[in-house]
Amino acid sequence: MTETRPIVLELRTITKRFGPLVANDAVDLVMRKGEILALLGENGAGKTTLMNILFGHYLADAGEVLVADAHGGLQPLPPGSPHAALAAGIGMVHQHFTLAENLTVLDNITLGTEPLFALHRSTRAARAKLEDLMARSGLTVDLDATVARLAVGERQRIEILKALYRDARILVLDEPTAVLTPQESDGLFATLRALAAQGLSVVFISHKLNEVVSASDRVAVLRGGRKVAERETAGADRATLAELMVGRPIAASRREPREPGRTVLKLDAVSVAGHDVRTRLASVSLDLREGEVVGVAGVSGNGQTALASLVCGLVAPSAGTMTLLDQALTEFDPGAFVAAGIGRIPEDRHSEGVVGSMSIAENVALETIGTERFQTGGFLKFGAMRQAAEEAIRGYEIKCPGPDAPIRLLSGGNMQKAILARALDGAPKLIIANQPTRGLDVGAVAEVHRRLLAARMRGAAVLLISEDLDELFELSDRIAVMFRSRLTAALPSAGLDLKTLGLMMAGHDPAEVAA
Amino acid sequence: MIRLEPRGETPRLLALTAPVVAALVALALAAIPIMAAGAPLLKAYQVMFEGALGSRFALTEVVSRATPLILTGLAAAIAFRARLYNIGAEGQLYLGAVAAVAVGSGRFDGPPALMIAAVLIAGAIAGALLMLGPTLMKVKLGADEVVTTLLLNFIVILFVQIMIEGPMKDPMSLGWPQSEPIIDSAALPKLIEKTRVHAGLIVALVAALGVHVFLAHTVPGFRIRAVGANPAAARFAGMSVTGTMLLVGALSGALAGLAGVGEVAGLKGYLTNNLSPGYGYAGIVVAMLAGLSPLGVVLAAFFVAAVFVGADSMSRGINVSSYIANLIVALALISVLVSGVVTRWRIRFGRPGG
Repeated sequence: MTETRPIVLELRTITKRFGPLVANDAVDLVMRKGEILALLGENGAGKTTLMNILFGHYLADAGEVLVADAHGGLQPLPPGSPHAALAAGIGMVHQHFTLAENLTVLDNITLGTEPLFALHRSTRAARAKLEDLMARSGLTVDLDATVARLAVGERQRIEILKALYRDARILVLDEPTAVLTPQESDGLFATLRALAAQGLSVVFISHKLNEVVSASDRVAVLRGGRKVAERETAGADRATLAELMVGRPIAASRREPREPGRTVLKLDAVSVAGHDVRTRLASVSLDLREGEVVGVAGVSGNGQTALASLVCGLVAPSAGTMTLLDQALTEFDPGAFVAAGIGRIPEDRHSEGVVGSMSIAENVALETIGTERFQTGGFLKFGAMRQAAEEAIRGYEIKCPGPDAPIRLLSGGNMQKAILARALDGAPKLIIANQPTRGLDVGAVAEVHRRLLAARMRGAAVLLISEDLDELFELSDRIAVMFRSRLTAALPSAGLDLKTLGLMMAGHDPAEVAA
Repeated sequence: MIRLEPRGETPRLLALTAPVVAALVALALAAIPIMAAGAPLLKAYQVMFEGALGSRFALTEVVSRATPLILTGLAAAIAFRARLYNIGAEGQLYLGAVAAVAVGSGRFDGPPALMIAAVLIAGAIAGALLMLGPTLMKVKLGADEVVTTLLLNFIVILFVQIMIEGPMKDPMSLGWPQSEPIIDSAALPKLIEKTRVHAGLIVALVAALGVHVFLAHTVPGFRIRAVGANPAAARFAGMSVTGTMLLVGALSGALAGLAGVGEVAGLKGYLTNNLSPGYGYAGIVVAMLAGLSPLGVVLAAFFVAAVFVGADSMSRGINVSSYIANLIVALALISVLVSGVVTRWRIRFGRPGG
């Protein structure tokens, strides 16, 4: 039935090499009007490269892109020209948004569509067109708000509106849910479905099976640069897709029962002063014991950042006490926290986790560079640094050219493994994991989970802050919810279900929910 | 069609040859203004090269001009590595010179080794203290150090004016605004007799080596590189961004201050308000030409010094304005910045096959 819909886009034998690496190997792909296609694959499978070729950011070494013109005839798209791609009706929403934060939503959307040297600028037509688009698509956003003030979900809506405003007929989204909460993701896919019903063709890149299965009509699986399978989503099951994507069966990690030991971290009515709900904590109390994982759930922006900053040593509390193994913490400084034996996995790998231009060895030694292990008399011990990096590479199976390679060359999963190696080195008693698997592929997620659970088994206390509810249920012994800078009591995860947790995340009292 | 594609890693050979090619391109491009000035082109280049490299005198001139440029170049390089944009090396140079005069013009006397150490240390401390203010304002208040350091230059030069017409004025100078002379025991000795090459060169070369070792091999140097490349990650990893910045600011100011000591105690012998023909600013260009590498700064400083000396000679010989030197240095900087694009991006011509 779908075959009767006209073809709007065809990629023919697209091949792209980066040096010795074949990022895309003779990939064919066909898109029809009004369909949602998922491009599934692990990090490094070539999904983003393929879409960047489609959009003209990269030049393919071989192959061509054909796009339907106004009469439905397929015309070759001039390669390497985002301008031509835009003109042909291809809109792209990048994983990292391309918005000017200091401008308003309206300005961001119309940017680049207006003549450069016009004396008079009328926004009336643009505004009318956008109001109409918003009404039809359900993508609502305040056109006069400054982008800097908007949340991630809203910024993504602007990106989509930007593409629609330029009359995109084919919308490409690169990992659209990587930055969204589950609720926001559901909203996004409902919107995409509505847009597809109006004739828009949507390609989204993903490595999350859940959303691929629930949101797409058809799924193409990429692995190692090749298209290894293409299925109608209706007839595909998750396990098969996972195996196709990874190339081998995946063992899920299980949380073994374990009695928690003594209290490792105790927060007693701790507050953090902040200028908004994101950066403020209001009288938060929490007990975290040896050998247990406590998960912190919550809709993004409810104070999780403040909590993570507090327990990572980046901010000092304005009230309350914080105790680590019966010792009150008084020095609120990341260095002191590292020295106290707290392993910390930051929320944002790129901005806080690594120094991209420095080598893997230097990044592995980043936190402990001042210790005897990596220096004598102030002089660096390169041998020890390299050795530590080699151990990390071997132990965590980090795929990289070697310990001296700049860490920015690593994929997200491998970078996260390097951070994990650094944070878990020296068997810390307390581990803070803030969104430890965000943006990682299935294989890397399993590896991170396995490591955190192994740390729990040896007696570490783990504080897991995550927006991935499946992850929270899988790893946590107890789950607490952050809502408007407050933290609920941590409830045993065994007695919780998704619906209750969802209601708690919306601010309902757990007792009231249970009743 | 010409396109740019990012390279994964820059080939080492390319990274090393690019600045040299850029310098040659700059010299070639200088043909345009030279011809516009109506000078015979070949003759002009010949005079310039001979003037810079063609005689013992020329070579020693280049060395003596390169000396302060190495130090101000290092001052910029180390600061820029930490993304502390110190544009105030000119002021720090002058304050270093003031401190050298204060200590070395006869208020105290002692054996030369002691006196020379004293003027060097005094100049370094003066430069460091001057840079601490803007650095503190940057880390504590977020004040843009480009603005604060630049404006401090003018304040310091006015301060120099006050000093040489007031407290430091030389009573024997027949009314000229200049300071009392540096006494013999505090003067940096000449390295080569009857030339202007002085021991400041050794200070500069040792400083270059020292900064190189410091950045590449020590823990504070590691911290500077980390804080410069990603302050958020450095802070998360437990490094003190404030402390690192203050250290960088102090070192940068001290290096520029040493340049001032060399000029006043090694070359001129007394302080005037035209001690430096903009060595502080030229140091920024030197650092950029060197790609912020401390050892590269030495080569870049010699290149810039040779261009200045050669252009001076050209202006005397065939009457082309010596401002051509500034032009060549500017062209070299532009060429190096362009070559930076070439080393980080691959240029592709035409459509690939398929």
